[in-house]
Amino acid sequence: MSSDAPALIESTTIDPASGGGSLPPPGPSLNDDLRRRLRRTEWRGHLRAYLLIAPLLIFVLVSFVLPLSTLVYKSFHDPVVPTGLPLTYKALREWGGPRDEVPTEPVYAALANDMKAAKRDGRAAEIASRLNIEASGLRTTFMRAVRRIDSVESGPWKPYFAGVDPAWESPTTWATVRNLADTNHGLFFLSALDLRKSSQGDVVRQPAEQRIYVEVFIRTIGISALVALLCMAFGFAIAYLLAHAGDRTANLLMILVLLPFWTSLLVRTTAWIVLLQKEGVINSMLLGIGAISQPLPMMYNKFGVAVAMTHILLPFAILPMYSVMRQIPPSFVRAARSLGASPTTAFLRVYLPQCAPGVAAGVLLVFIIALGYYITPALVGGAGDQMISYFIADNLTRALNWGLASAMGVLVLAAVLLLYWAYDKLVGVTNMRLG
Amino acid sequence: MNMNLPLVAVILGASLLPVVGAQAQGSITVTAWGGAYSRVQTETIYRPFSEKTGIKVTPEDYNGGLAEIGAQVQTGNVKWDVVNVEVFDAVKGCEEGLFERIDLKSMPAGSDGTPADRDFTAGAMSPCGVISETYSNVMAYDAARLKDNGPKKLEDFFDVKRFPGKRALRKVPGVALEWALMADGVAPADVYKVLSTAAGQARAFKKLDTIKADLVWWTAGAQPAQLLASGEVVMTSVYNGRIYDANLQGKRNFAIVWDGQVQVAEGWVILKNGKNTKAALEFVKYATSTQPLAEQAKRLPYAPPRASALAKVDGPTKQWLPNLPRPGRAVVTDAEFWNENGDDLNKRFAAWLAK
Repeated sequence: MSSDAPALIESTTIDPASGGGSLPPPGPSLNDDLRRRLRRTEWRGHLRAYLLIAPLLIFVLVSFVLPLSTLVYKSFHDPVVPTGLPLTYKALREWGGPRDEVPTEPVYAALANDMKAAKRDGRAAEIASRLNIEASGLRTTFMRAVRRIDSVESGPWKPYFAGVDPAWESPTTWATVRNLADTNHGLFFLSALDLRKSSQGDVVRQPAEQRIYVEVFIRTIGISALVALLCMAFGFAIAYLLAHAGDRTANLLMILVLLPFWTSLLVRTTAWIVLLQKEGVINSMLLGIGAISQPLPMMYNKFGVAVAMTHILLPFAILPMYSVMRQIPPSFVRAARSLGASPTTAFLRVYLPQCAPGVAAGVLLVFIIALGYYITPALVGGAGDQMISYFIADNLTRALNWGLASAMGVLVLAAVLLLYWAYDKLVGVTNMRLG
Repeated sequence: MNMNLPLVAVILGASLLPVVGAQAQGSITVTAWGGAYSRVQTETIYRPFSEKTGIKVTPEDYNGGLAEIGAQVQTGNVKWDVVNVEVFDAVKGCEEGLFERIDLKSMPAGSDGTPADRDFTAGAMSPCGVISETYSNVMAYDAARLKDNGPKKLEDFFDVKRFPGKRALRKVPGVALEWALMADGVAPADVYKVLSTAAGQARAFKKLDTIKADLVWWTAGAQPAQLLASGEVVMTSVYNGRIYDANLQGKRNFAIVWDGQVQVAEGWVILKNGKNTKAALEFVKYATSTQPLAEQAKRLPYAPPRASALAKVDGPTKQWLPNLPRPGRAVVTDAEFWNENGDDLNKRFAAWLAK
């Protein structure tokens, strides 16, 4: 932007001169012209600035804003079934019967036509899989009807459907179909919270054996909080040491903090596997000196996850604390001491409050990064220690339920934003120092 | 200061340039199970195929399932041309329109002249796939550690009192549920009938609950042998060929318990809308012809699907083939059952695991 300033001044200083030396009253045309030229120059300056940052802007748009909006969009936009069975939904609306009744023949006929079309376009299995997400077994029910649909020329269709699978005569089946009538809905958010829409259209809890995510959300927050607290405790001590040791020692310590920080996450996690496994370094050592008679279970459980994550995230806590501590003049504590404060009082009432922005920044940073942790729990945790990102990935890559994965992602995003807002209210974002 | 507009334009243009990743002609990506399996296939199938046809083969690894395949086909970004899938995934993927159809009759005749459709004793995998081999999910342990006190029958896998320590299973409901039911007293012939009912599913999960705290889950086929070797687990489910290979290549003394084995056929499918479907079909034809099948079976004890290939298998692998008559229970995986119930059981399994 600095390159624009001279041009701007130039144009504004020259213009009056060109209007003549005797300074006639500036007419409206001259004013307009001046304003237009000024605007054009400003605009050109802005364009140049934008062109300069265009690569970055495009990168951010393509790699961040676009995926993020797609994610949010996918969490409620779900057109597979409504667009796959358009006639059925039209017939259902025209029929308009109560939810505990089975629809009439025209609805079945419409479904048959939709099925034939879907089979021709190769979309039948996709619709069946989407229905199955709402109600177990519906995939089978749907595909059974699809497989033999071409062998029947015309109705009545109700007996045909009842013949291939009795579930077609159940109001529950139709209630599920009706629950999916809208292309935009909140069903994915319901399942992300272990809820579902019942056949009566009310929101109810999932059956006990299908509830996962509420527990996983709580677990994710629990592990993240534990790791953030551990990082705060260890990080504070290390940062204090770094800030108050002599230059040589501090440099050496800094390298010891930064070296693992620059090492790949995967390498550090794998190193922990080597250390923690049943016949790993720690267990062999403890067995060797006779401290234990049975190897300790330190992997595939919460202990392993907490240890590995704390180690990996520690630099994120140390660096902001260190940068804040280094700026606290040592004379403050000395002044407190000379005025009669005990070492504890001086530390608690003078030193600690000044560290607060760094401590808060470090803890918040660790907590937010920990919320999205995936690889470390997957490698050193047991099946019961997986965090929310594992289930997002699982829904994306294995279950292929992108809507649910998106809804879970949106919930995590909302949690982080909420946290950020709370932090801003409590400490103030401008006070946060990240190093 | 004058801004260098051409430079800006170049930077802008470069940022917009799409990533160009066009594949060379006459080259295919073949995705299979990694580890010993892919090593043997590279030597016995990929390399001779490339020498014969000039088509380059790029091997990729995956851990099974239709998710990655589905994502590629549905987003129109097909990177894998040929994939080795398990029989239930072949059936389901074919139904979902993920694979090209392949006529078994169009496969080459056996080396003795038997037409393909009769030479393939294992039959067709689905309208879309050609079987490459049948493997078996077996229980294995390290005989160097347990000596003669190793497990003898499937029930021992669930007996944490007599055999303390962790045990590993593949992180899918398949095999785990079949084993749970058989160890709970269900006859092999009734396993899928029982598993079709809600009560049967509850029974299987309840049985798994009894050892849940002692279970470790693997995903890649190479992991079970590593878990045994590091002593992390006392026994594990494993693809039978990996044990043979670990004993041969890794000088291990792993032992197989054949009781309760679950046999699964697997084979090649061609992804729909791929760029190299013609070369891919050439590959499938070659990979499932008599000679490569026999060569592969001589290196890894998986049962070849052709009678003509089985007749050529001799040497040490022969007694390790899964489909020999043996004492002990055996189940052949029910592709139709898994096609119909796979989604629901996967969901329930995931919820059960997370608790």
